Amino acid sequence: MSQLPVTESDLHGYVDGVLPEARRAEVEAYLAGHPEESERVVAYRRQNEALRARYAPVLEEPVPQRLAARVERRQPVLRYAAIVAWVTLGGVAGWHLHGLQAERRTEATAWPHRAAIAHVVYSPEVRHPVEVGADQEKHLVNWLSKRLGAPLRIPHLGDLGYALVGGRLLPDERGPAAQFMYQDARGQRLTLYVRVNPEDSRETAFRFAQERNVGVFYWIDRKLGYALSGEIGKDELLRVATAVYRQLNP
Amino acid sequence: MNEHERLIEQHIPRLRRYARALTGEREAADDLVQDTLERAWAKRHLWRRGSDLRAWLFTVMHNVFINQVRGRRPGPHVALDGEAMELPERAVQADRLEIRDLEAALKLLPGEQREVLLLVALEELSYQETADALGIPVGTVMSRLSRARERLRRVSSGQPESAILKVVK
Repeated sequence: MSQLPVTESDLHGYVDGVLPEARRAEVEAYLAGHPEESERVVAYRRQNEALRARYAPVLEEPVPQRLAARVERRQPVLRYAAIVAWVTLGGVAGWHLHGLQAERRTEATAWPHRAAIAHVVYSPEVRHPVEVGADQEKHLVNWLSKRLGAPLRIPHLGDLGYALVGGRLLPDERGPAAQFMYQDARGQRLTLYVRVNPEDSRETAFRFAQERNVGVFYWIDRKLGYALSGEIGKDELLRVATAVYRQLNP
Repeated sequence: MNEHERLIEQHIPRLRRYARALTGEREAADDLVQDTLERAWAKRHLWRRGSDLRAWLFTVMHNVFINQVRGRRPGPHVALDGEAMELPERAVQADRLEIRDLEAALKLLPGEQREVLLLVALEELSYQETADALGIPVGTVMSRLSRARERLRRVSSGQPESAILKVVK
């Protein structure tokens, strides 16, 4: 047999099944006379099989919403529609809710208003209330902390009957904000809006704003501003807001 | 949805599979995919229509991956190697040890070897495609592949396993 010597590359080509027919036969003949090399080739083939078997299930997993939505969200028409919806809802909400549309909102009252709008927009959502669900809480908090540039914590309100649904990223006046959603056994939803405060904000006690049906307790705590919104009684909302505050300031 | 987006979207499951094997963690893998998709979209003009989109996406992911590895630092960024995530309970009990071993063994490989091994063995790219995706010569692909496979074999056959584990720890 006049043939090229079998190289390391040939062995890998054999393992991966990419050799031309004639060369494959030559490598097989070589392996028959070299048991150690043959053993190696068998082991490498098993590695290929093991890797494919191990990671095949990933292909069957549903693509997480944040990845699937990623591409969709980029479509300009959709984005435009979303902005229109946002502005329209904001306008309608502001106009309807308070009758105070003529009043100039300062930033100190504008951001709880945005939190209320975000509550009105997302809390009725059936299919897509959140971007990342409570089942991926660790990821959720990492992701939003990364986006806001501040370490966030997610309060747990199970003792008060509210379970975490998940959260999403929202645009605030000067950058990203986070919204966490909770719901009780009856499907009543609360949202906690978190944003990074401008430099000059001072800490505040709880403040309350009523925007039509939506009550908002909001406060500033160091770097972050929190607004808890819900369509529940003021007393109950205060109870939850107090629990949130306590958990964030143990 | 335009054609380009649809094309990219088709590849998401395979990008996730590769990223999962590469990072060994579900969340880190999906973060990597997400960053890859964002970057691919931003740089879509660099993709030559008609060329292999999947190979190009692997190139983008490779760049994102090495930037993440290089850029690990304390601060608001999420580290790529956080706590190990629980794996989905797919395997029957008897297979679990073997699976753990495979993943543990993969983690012992240097990133550059792991990338080559996974592109060839898992994603079944040709050697040339792998070389193109990683921006290295085919000869380098072959040598990294060879080292990766041999190291994996030694680790899983228990030869100098403890020695290797010690070095890594």
